[in-house]
This record gives sequence, structure tokens and C-alpha cells, in this order.
Amino acid sequence: MALDKPYKDVPGTIIFDAEQSRLGYWLNQFCTSLMKAENRARFLADERAYLDEWAMTEEQKQAVMARDLNWCMQLGGNIYFLARIGATDGKSFQQMAGSMTGMSEEEYRNMMLAGGRSVEGNRYLGEDGDAQPHRQPQGAGSKKEGN
Amino acid sequence: MARITASVYTSHVPAIGVAMDLHKTQEDYWQPLFAGYDFSKQWMKDNKPDVIFLVYNDHATAFSLDMIPTFAIGTAAEYKPADEGWGARPVPVVKGHPALASHIAQSVIQQDFDLTIVNKMDVDHGLTVPLSLMCGELDPVKDAWPCPVIPFAVNVVQYPVPSGQRCFALGQAIRKAVESFDEDINVHIWGTGGMSHQLQGARAGLINREWDNNWLDLMINDPVACAKVPHIDYVREAGSEGIELVMWLIARGAMADVNNGERSGPLPQVTHRFYHVPASNTAVGHAILENKE
Repeated sequence: MALDKPYKDVPGTIIFDAEQSRLGYWLNQFCTSLMKAENRARFLADERAYLDEWAMTEEQKQAVMARDLNWCMQLGGNIYFLARIGATDGKSFQQMAGSMTGMSEEEYRNMMLAGGRSVEGNRYLGEDGDAQPHRQPQGAGSKKEGN
Repeated sequence: MARITASVYTSHVPAIGVAMDLHKTQEDYWQPLFAGYDFSKQWMKDNKPDVIFLVYNDHATAFSLDMIPTFAIGTAAEYKPADEGWGARPVPVVKGHPALASHIAQSVIQQDFDLTIVNKMDVDHGLTVPLSLMCGELDPVKDAWPCPVIPFAVNVVQYPVPSGQRCFALGQAIRKAVESFDEDINVHIWGTGGMSHQLQGARAGLINREWDNNWLDLMINDPVACAKVPHIDYVREAGSEGIELVMWLIARGAMADVNNGERSGPLPQVTHRFYHVPASNTAVGHAILENKE
């Protein structure tokens, strides 16, 4: 019998469950290694060489080097682990979360100051809220696309 | 006997710790948030507990994917602030209470909750930010936290995470455990984390003010019903990290009006309640509940 996973239909959201955890084990373990200052220095000095020390897939390594956190999450990354990469780069949690929305840092910050993203239209896949796939990318990201 | 006299609830956003450590609390962005804790800091001074039982979640700090305990109780003599990638927070080392923690572990496991016993770990912002909010800025060398702290970590990182119902029942077991400790000491139980936030994906930045405040009403006034809120509601309504709120139900379940899964006796006194948006990516909720004599 299939397991109950009602969270699969929440737009713009990947729940880190046992399946994701299995995919992302080494990616997340690599992230954990960045909690040591000497490892952060080694990673920043030669990202590729440092990543090659881990049993990650090539795609996971590319996603890390691209600093594409959405891509990392699709490959089993978890935001609390991925935050170690952002910390290594000197980024705040707000900058990291904002980087996943397609919005500029300023747009994201302003959205939060204005009360945050609305839940309306963003509860279920297929509604028409701003986090829905058919409305991506959003903010400055969408302007670049000429939308 | 030992007794639980009060429960404290607060979000534990890392940026709040950064703002305190960099002395930015009076900046326009942060001042309204910290103003909501002015009362609480004075209350802590006037109502200093002997021990704080602090429920929080570890953010992939002490527990990597090597080990994922659902409930972990700290029985060590001390816990160092963790390096979460930015370097360790400049706050005092957290002193534990090994005697009471071990006693609670024994009692709660005998009440059929499987706790992981932790004798060595660092504590991250999930634990130190609530302490900073309630105790103010402290010098890491010259100052100390006001009392020993028992860290109690709940897995809300890798699904499945414990249900609100299970957390609520666990709070009741913890109160029984505390009340069977022979020393005459005053314990506060804190439930931390939570209120709406989502840190990931295209839906990052979700805030649901109405849901948060309704949930807080329910948590205070009808915790039995609140414990029945399913996981998916937290995710859908309050964002993927809004699930942290289940930890507040551990503290609520430990209050005197909850017995055998039902409410009996007077509601606790709501000494303080506060809500603010935003702190970095999240809504901040805060409450202090006291048992009536």
C-alpha cells in the first residue's frame, strides 16, 4: 500500500521526507562538513576538488557550484543543510530563501515587510497564486524573461 | 516536589540572534520585534525559574543525516553554542541539569515515549535565540544564563515528524516526570520555533497572519482541539517550516489544566501575548502562560 503523502500537491514546496533524504544523503553530508571553518576555507579555495571528495552525483555538484538552491532541493537537499553553503558565502537566511523565488533581494525583502507572501491561491497546485508553476519566474526574474 | 509554574512560547529565528549579537535591536527593522519582548525580559527577572526545560528543534546541527532522533533530551552538564556556518554565537555556554534531565528521561521512557539520551552536543539558534530574547544580551565570558537549561530537541526537519497529538501527550508525560522529582524546584517549560514561515522554493516568504492568530487562540484556549490539527494544515496554511509549531504543544500539554488528554480546571493565565511580521522570513509569535495557584 502506498504511503500517504498529502504534501505532494503544495505549490513551490518540496517536503524533505525519507525519499528525499535518501536522494540527498551525500549532498547534505557535504553541507554539514561546512560547519567547520577549515572545511569552509578548503571549499572556497577549490570548490570542485572539495566536492569531488564526496559521493555526490555530478548533477548535485553542478547544482551546488551554480548556487541554485531549488535545483539542490530537487536533488534531495534540505534547506537547513543547504544553509551551510549560504553561510559559507556570507549570505543571510533571508538572502538564501529569497534566491529561490526568482525575485531580487530587494523585492523579496519588500514583500516580507509588506506582510509576506499571501496564502491565497497558494494552498494547492493548480490554483492561481504567485507561487504556482505557471506564474514562474516571479519578480525581477520574470521581467528578464520579457513577461 | 518539583513543579512546572509557567510555559513560554516563542519563535527562534536565526536573524534575531544576529541582530542581537551585532547590537542592531534598536534599528527601525528590529525595534518593533524586540519591543514585544521588553515585558518578557522583566518577567524573567521577576519570575526566575530554577530550571528551564527548553523544547526546540535542532537545525541539522547536532544531528546530521547520520542520526535523526524524533525526541532527544540533553542530560549533559553543559552545551556549547554551535558553529552553524557563520561561526558560533557569542553567548554564554548553556549549563545543563543532569540530575533532573536523567530523572525526566527515565520517567518519560517508562511512560512509553522513546527519547534519545544525549550526553554531548552543541546547541544551535533554536535554543540560544529564545534564551537571548527572554534574558537579553549577555557577554559570553562575563555573564551566564539565569539558570540551568534542559535541551529537548524534536525532529521537525525530516518527515515524518511527530504529530501535534503526540507532542501534546508528551507534554503531559513530562509534567508527571517533573512532579515526581523530589527537590522543591520551580521549572519553566518553553515551546519554541514556529509561526508561519517557508524557507524554500517559489512559495518562500509565505505568511498567514490570520491562521497564526487563530492557531494561537486555539492553543491557549482549547489545546485538546489544537493537538488534532493535522500536519498538512500546518504545511498548507503556515508554510513548510510552520510545522515547528507542534513543539508548542509539548509545553502546552505540560500545563496544570491538562490531565489525561482532557482539559480540567481553570485555563492558565495569559501573562503576555505578542505577534509580529516579519523577522527575516517569518512571523514571530510569543506568549507566556502561567498556572494559577
